[in-house]
Amino acid sequence: MLELKNAYKTFYAGTANEVRALRGVDLRIAEGEFVIVIGTNGSGKSTLLNAVAGTFYLDDGEISLAEHDVTAWPEHRRAQLIGRVFQNPFHGTAPSLTILENLVLALRRGQSRGLGWAIPKDARDQLRERVRLMGLNLEDRLDTPIGSLSGGQRQSLTLLMATLVQPKLLLLDEHTAALDPKSADQVIRLTERVIKQDRLTTMMVTHSMQQAAHLGDRLVMMSGGQVVCDIRGDEKKHLRPEDLLARFEEIRRSDLLDESAAEMLAEMYV
Amino acid sequence: MILLLGSLTMGLILSLLAFGVLVTFRVLAFRDLTVDGSVALGGAVAAALLVRGTHPLVATAGAFVAGALAGTVTGVLHTRCKINGLLAGILVMTALYSVNLHVLSKSNVPLDPEAIPTLMSYAGSASQMTDLFGWEVPTRELIVLVAAAIGVAMVGFALHCFFQTQWGLALRATGDNDQVIRALGADVGWMQTGGLALSNGLIALGGGLVVQYQGFADVQMGIGMVVWGLASVIIGDSLVGTKQLGWLLCGAVMGSVLFRLMVALALRGGLNPNDLKLVTATFVFVALVLPDVWKWWMSRRAVRNVA
Repeated sequence: MLELKNAYKTFYAGTANEVRALRGVDLRIAEGEFVIVIGTNGSGKSTLLNAVAGTFYLDDGEISLAEHDVTAWPEHRRAQLIGRVFQNPFHGTAPSLTILENLVLALRRGQSRGLGWAIPKDARDQLRERVRLMGLNLEDRLDTPIGSLSGGQRQSLTLLMATLVQPKLLLLDEHTAALDPKSADQVIRLTERVIKQDRLTTMMVTHSMQQAAHLGDRLVMMSGGQVVCDIRGDEKKHLRPEDLLARFEEIRRSDLLDESAAEMLAEMYV
Repeated sequence: MILLLGSLTMGLILSLLAFGVLVTFRVLAFRDLTVDGSVALGGAVAAALLVRGTHPLVATAGAFVAGALAGTVTGVLHTRCKINGLLAGILVMTALYSVNLHVLSKSNVPLDPEAIPTLMSYAGSASQMTDLFGWEVPTRELIVLVAAAIGVAMVGFALHCFFQTQWGLALRATGDNDQVIRALGADVGWMQTGGLALSNGLIALGGGLVVQYQGFADVQMGIGMVVWGLASVIIGDSLVGTKQLGWLLCGAVMGSVLFRLMVALALRGGLNPNDLKLVTATFVFVALVLPDVWKWWMSRRAVRNVA
């Protein structure tokens, strides 16, 4: 389904700020797989997601998605295949447009936009039903500008927008990190439900140990721009947060992770 | 009375300019300075075509097309060549000055509706008078005023409808949050370029109508027009007091007419025409800064009251 071959990316190459964000990543994700991506700050996990989404082009390597070689596709073209939710709840929605207008925009993801009416006659009822099913009590506020909603509500709607037209791949980039615990919990439950319901192929970056252990059917750990750990199958199913910490320790000892990064991990996750 | 009619008509025609500025500044959140060049370009193209005997409607449409092209150039410079938006506008505006001179062949071209068929020629001769609530006014002025009102209403309505289409909605989203529109599969570069083409098309259409109304085209006619358009939009905003696009369009028309009337009255009252641009710029400055100063003052007063 998704395949990255030998992916390299360096930012600010040749300057003092040079960051070698991806250093030869090979990753294959099968259809319907729900992959959790974890790692420290600067480990390349967000870069990995952005590379797939097309925020930038790779320096070297290839990306193929759903039988297309998308390596040279610009971001907006890859959007035909990819649904995204960002870390910042403000990034996923257009604030001065109404809920309904945002949703109809998402309804045409990956299609051309012409001079037909943006809101087709039957769309309103259809979309109201989709919003109702989210359980956010927003179905009667479809004409409210989305900017007046809370971060959690906006993030839930972004999730709906990303999956309104079923994507080949769903990318979630720490999409609950900026929310209060209660909203984060609600968004995670929605996420789980949507992914299960539509059997969506998903990559989800997270900082939460709980989420990493309990969600998904595969876990990939990034460090220093490389995949250093790949847990799947039964092992993933029975993975507990404690096991993950043990893994971190193991990796630290095998020197793939330097001391400071391990400290950072411990700080962040414990 | 003629002064009033004249400023009303001019204000209405220039609301096309305000529409254009509204599309870039408000909808796209793009500071486009092509405006000064495209007003004059529209005027120049319409005049050049009229002088060569082109049908007035075709000549007017030609002004729109020329403006749209100018906007496209600004858009391509900004989105494909990655030039800063302000600079891209300034470059095109500057280049257009020479283009306009070539189009006009000289710096000023008279367009006498009695000699050359223009849209004004349809409104009858200048000598006919009509009684309007006891004032003797030229019939032609009255007809043109009504025609301008109808025309602007039609363009405004068409724009309002456009913003409810898939393309129009995507354009609004682009100005609101371009990350969203990229993630939803639209090319932000083409969205901006399309918006700039539409905006400058409208602005040049305004220029093409102005030259026919005032009876001459001048290569200098665009100077300061961007500030003029901005002033109209700002006045309109405060008049309607909402962010809904339909109302903002109405506001732009009201703002344009009101501003024109204020200028006419100020000139009548003895304002030196040389000071006009200075006064206009100062007005826009005050209109931009005043709300913040007001808020600051109110909050300070609130603090004091608490203390």
